Parts: sequence; structure tokens; C-alpha cells
Amino acid sequence: MIVEPLSVFLSRAQMAVTLTMHIIWPSINIGLALFLCIMEALWLKTKNPLYLQICKFWMKIFALAFGMGVVSGVVMSYELGTNFGQFTLAIGQVLGVLFVYEVLTAFFVEAGFLGIMLFGWERVSPRMHFFATLMVMLGTFVSAFWIMSANSWMQAPTGAHLVNGQFVVDSWMGAIFNPTFLHRFTHMVLASYLTCTFFIAGISAWYLLKEKHMEVAKTCFSFALWAALLFTPIQFFVGDAVGLLVHQYQPLKTAAIEGVWDTQQGAPLVLFGIPSEKQEKNLFPIQIPYGASLLNTHQLKGTLIGLKTVSSEDRPVVLPTFFGFRLMVGIAVLFLAVGILGLWFRYKKTLYAHPWFLKACVLMTPFGIFATLAGWFTAESGRQPWVVYGFLRTSQGASPILAKQVGISITVFSAVYLLAMGFFLYYFSQVIKKGPPPLDSKDEKEPLVIGYMHGVGE
Amino acid sequence: MEILVTFLLGAILSFAIFMYVLLDGFDLGIGILFPFIRNSLHRKTMIAAIAPVWDGNETWLVLGAATLYGGFPIAYSTILPTLYMPLIIMLAALVFRGISFEFMFNAQKTLKLWQFFFSLGSSVAAFCQGLALGTFVQGYSEKMLLISSGHYHWFTPFTITTGIAVMCGYALLGSTWMLKKTEDDLQNILYDKAKWALIFVVFFLVVVTLWTPQVDINIVTRWFSKPNFFILLPLPLLTVIAVAWLWRALSQKTEKLPFYLSMFIFLFSYVGFAMSVWPFIIPHIVTIWQAAAPLDAQLFILCGLLVLVPVLCFYTAYAYYVFRGKTSPGEEHY
Repeated sequence: MIVEPLSVFLSRAQMAVTLTMHIIWPSINIGLALFLCIMEALWLKTKNPLYLQICKFWMKIFALAFGMGVVSGVVMSYELGTNFGQFTLAIGQVLGVLFVYEVLTAFFVEAGFLGIMLFGWERVSPRMHFFATLMVMLGTFVSAFWIMSANSWMQAPTGAHLVNGQFVVDSWMGAIFNPTFLHRFTHMVLASYLTCTFFIAGISAWYLLKEKHMEVAKTCFSFALWAALLFTPIQFFVGDAVGLLVHQYQPLKTAAIEGVWDTQQGAPLVLFGIPSEKQEKNLFPIQIPYGASLLNTHQLKGTLIGLKTVSSEDRPVVLPTFFGFRLMVGIAVLFLAVGILGLWFRYKKTLYAHPWFLKACVLMTPFGIFATLAGWFTAESGRQPWVVYGFLRTSQGASPILAKQVGISITVFSAVYLLAMGFFLYYFSQVIKKGPPPLDSKDEKEPLVIGYMHGVGE
Repeated sequence: MEILVTFLLGAILSFAIFMYVLLDGFDLGIGILFPFIRNSLHRKTMIAAIAPVWDGNETWLVLGAATLYGGFPIAYSTILPTLYMPLIIMLAALVFRGISFEFMFNAQKTLKLWQFFFSLGSSVAAFCQGLALGTFVQGYSEKMLLISSGHYHWFTPFTITTGIAVMCGYALLGSTWMLKKTEDDLQNILYDKAKWALIFVVFFLVVVTLWTPQVDINIVTRWFSKPNFFILLPLPLLTVIAVAWLWRALSQKTEKLPFYLSMFIFLFSYVGFAMSVWPFIIPHIVTIWQAAAPLDAQLFILCGLLVLVPVLCFYTAYAYYVFRGKTSPGEEHY
């Protein structure tokens, strides 16, 4: 079946838009759910209302982000079929099954307990409420498990073989626990933790600068900086391990990441440069000798395969792969610096006393999201031209739909998402401006009531 | 063995779709009713009543997609592209509706605007689901599957009628569900709206029933040949009884019964629909036996579904239990 190239291109663009719009929210919420669990556990243990206040405040933001995540996620579950029917047909046995398990073990858990978590403060006991929060956290975590399994399978398909254009699974364990899965899953979960960490740090730093809600802000800021100090180094190790696996299973992706055009031993690390797909070389490179080989093979003279070993239609999309990777690592380096500085200031007992440091943290609020997106662009552009690596080309996976229609839908979705994003930012800033709900000790009931619905009755 | 597994998967798929229709049906219905509810306090009550459950309701739609995909990949990858425009518009509407819903809680000046979008999104989503249903009932030809999105087979007088029918049905579910959640003024208004919705539902049930044989002759032979006729006869009869009983319950202002009766009207229509298309999953072309995934994939999915669907039904029911009783506007935060 021949599908118009323009239709394929638009379908891919639409998928990219949808995926980009979607992954923002889970990457905030996987971390935020864990944070809420910790804070609620602290509240149950210490009965200090400060922790309850923190819980309620961040739950508002969780709710906003969760709503965005649900609606963009529902779109994806159908868009795969509408725009990439051939792809979904070919890997139905693998992806379909993982997808069913994700819905059953994650989506319903999240959605079922979310209502209780957000609105149930007065209706269930504190323990039951904590259980609900815990289940929401588990739901987000398990969801990442299945999605990373499915995506990793597309990068390195194992445990299945092709029969008449369809993958038939030989071993479910082999398919689910495909070779790059556990590393990439850990990498993504840590990315979410870091995204959320800097999200919390940034917003708390803003309060500290404005000298508002100081108690809440200090607690959250301090917590976030501990988290940054803990998670960033781990992420470097995990990221390195993922890099080794990428080189093992997708050497051409590594070539695109490192800008290696000719196969070479001891390839240099290109710190900066502009890879030109036309001239098949890097323009204006700044290089560290042996760097790329050392990072990807852990040997100075390790061999890296060059992009030129295959014809141009078999190469990944180099630019987003190359720059996405640099952006991701660059941000990680910044995160590490913040973590270490935080520790130093803590030691000096001046953690909250450096306006420039706080301002830097405010500026970095969305950097975790940027890094996560950059990482995904690296992973997905680097997988091209394959949708199932080495087996099925993206162009063969597309549905036979008319470019005109995809044109309409991508316009509609882009407009809706832009609007949604704009308004999300607006309401998000309103929630931030309003700050944590006040705790009124006179009214016994008040602290138990979530401020999520403030504004409805006003 | 294989037949049993496929049948069970098909049954669970039908169950998931039906649950979606019922549950998201009533909360989409709330949005469809909005233009007829003017009082802003009333609107807030209605929103507050569905706030804790709408995420969960929408998840059934994803379960439907996932089960269709996992269990019947051929159907998923063929039907979805043929329904490209209605599905895409539905999704965009659901996105907009969901976002409006979240923003309503934070908006002050623009509250009216978000209520408008919430209502519009709900109505469009319901209408598109009706379009998809109508397209499905009309059936497919081989040619349409090839590059079917070029045709406007999803936008015909028949599908538009089913689109409006679904909107009315959801309005009925929404209004009868809200009866349990409200009292006094609003409840009285809703009794009235529910009656109107019922009148429209009956009208469209009759129209669609009479029209269906025109678009698909196979359905006539299915229903009017012996012994099918006598086996299937109870369905329309039960529907008539449910409708009459619902009318009486609404006139007598019974609180809980109307929603259950509306559910039954939906159930009977749904079973009737299933009887008409069985055993096809893509009408006239592919049966569920042909579309089914290989046996071990089906088994693997079925194990998960059989264990987990009851569990999720249980905690979904628990969530509904937690939020039982009357809702007052913005109750949750005072």
C-alpha cells in the first residue's frame, strides 16, 4: 500500500507534537506523586500541619498537570491507530498487549484513586487518604514501566519474530524485558524525579525571593536540593549505561549523537559543532580527542561506526539527535552544579540567602522538562528511519489517509495544544500567586479541606 | 478453546465500551445539558458532582482502545483510519473539554467562557461518537478500507441522525444521574429536562430503528427471520417497558430509579446493536474470529483482564461510594 509522502510526513509531525505535549505532564507528575507521598507520610507521622499544607498546595498543581496528561494521553491511544495503522497492525501483538496491561495496572489505578486524593480529604480517614495518594504514585510509576518497555522494544525488538509482516511473540519475558528496557526505564523515572525536583526548587525559590510563604518554601527548597544532589549523579551513571546500550544496539544512533561521519577508532567528542547532512561533516567543531569513543565504549581507541557506512536514506535524522543530546547533558551538568552548590551553601548555613542562586533556580524551573524532551528527541530521531528498529520503516507504518485530512487535524491539534498550554501557564501562575492554602487552627475542619476548588464559589 | 478465548475477549471489549458509554455518557451528558441550565450555582453543583469521577470514566475509553488493539489488532488498525475525522474531532473535543474542566476550578472572570467550552466540548465529543456509531452500522465495503478517509461516508444523513441520538441519550443519562445528586430547585429542573431527553431518545430510537434496514439490508434478515425473530423479540419489548416505567418514575419524582432505568434502555439498545452486527467486528468484512490476535497473545491479555477488571471495578465502585449522596456547589472546599 503506497501512502502519500506528505501524509506520512504530516502524520509524523502530528505524532511528534502529540508526544511532546504529552510527555511533559507525566514527567512532572511521576516525581510529584512521589513527593506528595513523602510529604503526606511525614504529616501522618509528625502531625505537623506544615506538611499537610505542602501536600495540598502541590496537589493543586498535580491536578492541573494530571488533567493535561489524561487528555493528551487519550489522544495518543487513538492517534497511533488512526495515523499509524500499518505500524500498529505489525506490532499489535507486542504493543497491544503492553498497552492493555498499562491501562489495567496503571491508568485505572491513577484515575480511580485520584478523585479520592483530590476531593476525599473530608470523606475518608487520613490513612485511607494516604493509601489513595500511594496508589496514585504507584499508578504513575507502573505506567512508566509499560510505556518504557514498549518504547524500548521498538528500539531493540527482541522476543518476537516476523511472520507475514506481523510480529509474533516467542517469549513475553523476552519482549517485555527487552535488552535496553530496565536501563531506559530507570533513566526516565530519574528524569521525572529531576524534572519535578527543579520544578519544586524553582517555585520555592520564587517564594523565597518574594519572602512569601517562607515556611513552606524553605521546607520544599531544602528537600528539592537534597533530591538534586542525590539524583543527578545517579542519573549520570544510568545515562552512561544507557549510552553503552545504545551503542551496542543502535550504533548509528550513537553516530548521530556524537556526529561521527566516518567509522573511526578513538573518535573525538564534539562539544559543539553543526552537523551538515549535505556535506556529511561537522561544521565549526570544538572537539576533545578520544572523548566519544571513551564515553560510548569505555575504551580510548573504541571503534565508532560512522553515518557514512549506510546510504543517506538509512541514516537517523541527525540534527535533533545531535543537539537534543547536547541540550540534555548540558542541563544535567547545570543540575549537578546546583546540587553541589546547594550542599556548600547548606554547610555554610546560607542556603536561602543568595538571591542570585535563588534566581538561577527560578530560571531553571522548566529545565527538567526541557532536558526530558531533549532526551526523547534524541532517542526518537535517532531511531529513524525505523519505527521498529531494523524491521519496519516509519514510512511503511503510516495509515493510508489523505494528507489533506492530516493537515486539518495537525492544525486543529496544534491550535488546541497551544491554547491549552497558554491557559495552563496562566492558571498555573494564578495558583502559584495564590500560594499554599492558609492553615486556620481555630477551625478544626479547615485544614482538612483541599483548596483545589477555590475559585468555584468565588 | 480458541473460540472461547476470543469470545471472552470480545465480551470484555463490549463490556469496556458499554461502561464507557454509561459512565462518560452521564458526565458528557452534564455538559450537553448546560445550555438549558442557566443558574450558575446549579452549574457549579453539576460540575462538583462529576469532578471526582470524570478521569476514571474517561479511562474506560482508553481500555476500549487498548483491548481492541491487543485483542483484535486488525480491527484496530483498520477501523481507526476509516474513522479518522470523527475520531480526531472527538479527541480534540475531549481535550478541550477536559482542559476547560480543570480550568473552571481556577478561573474567576473567565468562568463562563470555560463553562461554554466544557459544554461545547462535551456535545461535540458525544456527537462524534454518534457519527462513529452510525458509520459502523452503515457498514463497510472493501474499497472503503483502502483509502476510506477520502470519502465522507462518516458524514451522511444517517450518521448525523445517530450523532444527535447519542447526544440525547447522554443528556438522559446525565440528567437522571444528577437526580441522585441534587435536591429542591435543581432537582425539579432536572426532572423536567430528563423527561424532554426521554422524549427525544424515544423519537430517535424509533427513527434509527426504522432507518437501519434501509442502510443495511442484512440487519433485516437477521431480525425478521425465524427463529431469530422470537428470540430477539424480548429486546424491543423490554425497551418499551423500560421507557414507560422511566416516564412514570420521572412523573412520580423517584430519585434513584430513573438512572437505573436509563441504563437499561442503553443496555437493551446496545445488545440490540450487538445482535445486529455479530459476529463482525468490521461489518460485512471481518469477523471477530478473523480479527483476533494469535491465541497466546489473546490468552496473555485475557489473564490480565480477568484478574484486573474485577479489581478495578471494585475500586471504581469504592470511589463512587466515597462520593455518594447529595452534592452541593463547591461543597468540597468549604
